[in-house]
Amino acid sequence: MTAVRVFGVCAALAVGLGLYGLITNPQPLRKIIAFNILGSGVFLLFGVIGRHGAAAGVGNDPVPQALVITGVVVAFAATALAIALLLQLFQRTGSATLCNDAPRSAGPDPPGG
Amino acid sequence: MPPPSPTLDATTSAGFLLVLSTVVPIAGVLLAFVLGGRYARSVASAVIPLGVTVTVAILIALPHSDGVIVYLLGAWPPPLGIALRADGLSAVMLAATAAVICAVAAFAAADFSAATGDTRTPFAFWILLLAIWAALNTIFLAGDLFTLYIALELLTFAAVPLVSLDGQAETLRAAMRYLLFALLGSVLYLLGTALLYALHGTLDVVLLSRRVSAEPAVLIAAALMTTGLLAKTALFPLHLWLPPAHAGAPSAASAILSGLVVKGSFFVIVRLWFDVMAGLPSFVAMQLLGALGAAAIVLGSIVALRQERLKLLIAYSTVAQIGYLFLMFPLALGAGKIESGGALAGGLVQAISHATAKAAMFMSAGSIYATLGQDRIAGLGGIGRILPISVLAFALSGLALMGLSPGAAYLAKALLLQAAAERGQWWWALVLQAGGFFTAAYVLLVLTYAMAPATEQVTLKKAVPRAGELAALALALCSLLLGLAPWRAYLPIPNGDVLDSLRLGAVAKMLIPLLGGAVLAVLLGRLELPFRISPSWNAMLAPVSLVRRASLASSALVERCDNVLRQWPTACICLLSLAAAFAAAMRIAF
Repeated sequence: MTAVRVFGVCAALAVGLGLYGLITNPQPLRKIIAFNILGSGVFLLFGVIGRHGAAAGVGNDPVPQALVITGVVVAFAATALAIALLLQLFQRTGSATLCNDAPRSAGPDPPGG
Repeated sequence: MPPPSPTLDATTSAGFLLVLSTVVPIAGVLLAFVLGGRYARSVASAVIPLGVTVTVAILIALPHSDGVIVYLLGAWPPPLGIALRADGLSAVMLAATAAVICAVAAFAAADFSAATGDTRTPFAFWILLLAIWAALNTIFLAGDLFTLYIALELLTFAAVPLVSLDGQAETLRAAMRYLLFALLGSVLYLLGTALLYALHGTLDVVLLSRRVSAEPAVLIAAALMTTGLLAKTALFPLHLWLPPAHAGAPSAASAILSGLVVKGSFFVIVRLWFDVMAGLPSFVAMQLLGALGAAAIVLGSIVALRQERLKLLIAYSTVAQIGYLFLMFPLALGAGKIESGGALAGGLVQAISHATAKAAMFMSAGSIYATLGQDRIAGLGGIGRILPISVLAFALSGLALMGLSPGAAYLAKALLLQAAAERGQWWWALVLQAGGFFTAAYVLLVLTYAMAPATEQVTLKKAVPRAGELAALALALCSLLLGLAPWRAYLPIPNGDVLDSLRLGAVAKMLIPLLGGAVLAVLLGRLELPFRISPSWNAMLAPVSLVRRASLASSALVERCDNVLRQWPTACICLLSLAAAFAAAMRIAF
């Protein structure tokens, strides 16, 4: 098994783990972490692709590296935004769950206007 | 490989306009950060006219440069460099975006001014408005798949905080769900992009369109990217985030989210299928997309008719109208290839019609909400007297959505019906007509309550500025007259009598969907009608009430299905199985 293939399998595993976590974990913080694992898997795949190009005789392809760096920045920004929202939610309600779909008819008027 | 065409390796004379259309709103965002919250509104009101000027310049320049404007960043040609390209599709979307942004800015000017004491919310609103504009312009002009990814992410990051602008727990939750689901969608898109790069060594749209062939890995990439984008567009059954997010946001933000933001990822799907993967075998896959659209129309409309709150009704109407947009895909498929013909034009015109009409609808609902302090449909009695302009704007945008001639939706429907007839796919024509009936039903339901006399003394919470009401009315009128716009310069509208039928005589044809809509509203509307029926009629209406009870029971079942589908695990599993279904559907060659 070549190094590239090992990394490829790792990328696939990370994507699978991330997807599983994102679907099954009810807590938003764990969902955010799962999203990061999923993202890391995709970034690793970009690395494998760059290296794979080298194996085909293209030389170390620099374009996937550039894409990964941009992708990491985007994922970082996404995580920061998600954590900020989560903190706000925790400060408002004292808990950080997403599950209750607010009651539609009872209670005070819901927001929006 | 054929030699690169001239559209690839040179910047055309008007190319700098494409850069300006992104840079101008971004400059506004940065300037607002420098000057601080108190000046955000002034910055926006200075930047928006500039941005509109750039858009108009692109619209004028495009027909003079053979229908495509190119700008190569740093003069590096693809595959190494990045190109910005404007074609007819980008031009019409840019124009629609500029129009909606202007109207929403006029509507929000009073609500989000620093004079109200709170500077943080107005600051956030104006910055996010400009950021959404920049992101959308980039999506419409981007020439490669990775730039599209970045622009899509920018769009999401700007749209999510708009949902939770008021900082209440419920909207924060809605924003969080929206963000997480959108992130899942964009990761799938990025995964597909990675696969395409691995296979073909480029992400440029034009280069890729020459290189892709129906290999298994390309099909998987196509399936992943399409599903990811469907999650961001909130096509049924991936609409879990849309109703709470669009209904809970402040009305000006709802108008932007519903009118424009979902069109961003829709446009990427159009780019993907009409430009990059036009040659893939996709009959079953396209039928699947169309079927999801049809399901969205039926489910979204039925659940909309069961809502008690006006803004939730409009949000579910968006779910239904998004379904409408996807009917173009099966109709565009010619002999083994997706053709850029009348169906493409119809889909794009439909998107623009919905952008303008739905933004107007949310804005008028916002005026109603602000005046009454609530938006229960049953409590709308008397509002027709208090806010005649807003109710008129709501009615006109409803008529535009239904497809009243000469509205843009009428033109779109005519184009799609023509395509359905050409392709011999009569079942989509049925769906198109049924969609009109459903739209008529929920618009009529709301108008019946709005025009009814007030049942009790109405207390006015707040006087709404006349300018905001007029902005909604202007946008609704715009949607209602857009069928007359010079589309032919930008979109591939086939010759025929489609445009000639934009006559007032066609208004008579509107009576049929209106009548059908009234029947549907009576059968499926859960609320009691605001007028009394005399006892002598009651005996004759007994069979009707029996049918009504049966249809209400079935619509309750649909609503329960919708509740299940909007659970997080169900939606995620739907997402993954859709990706698998798309990949499998493309393997079935036709």
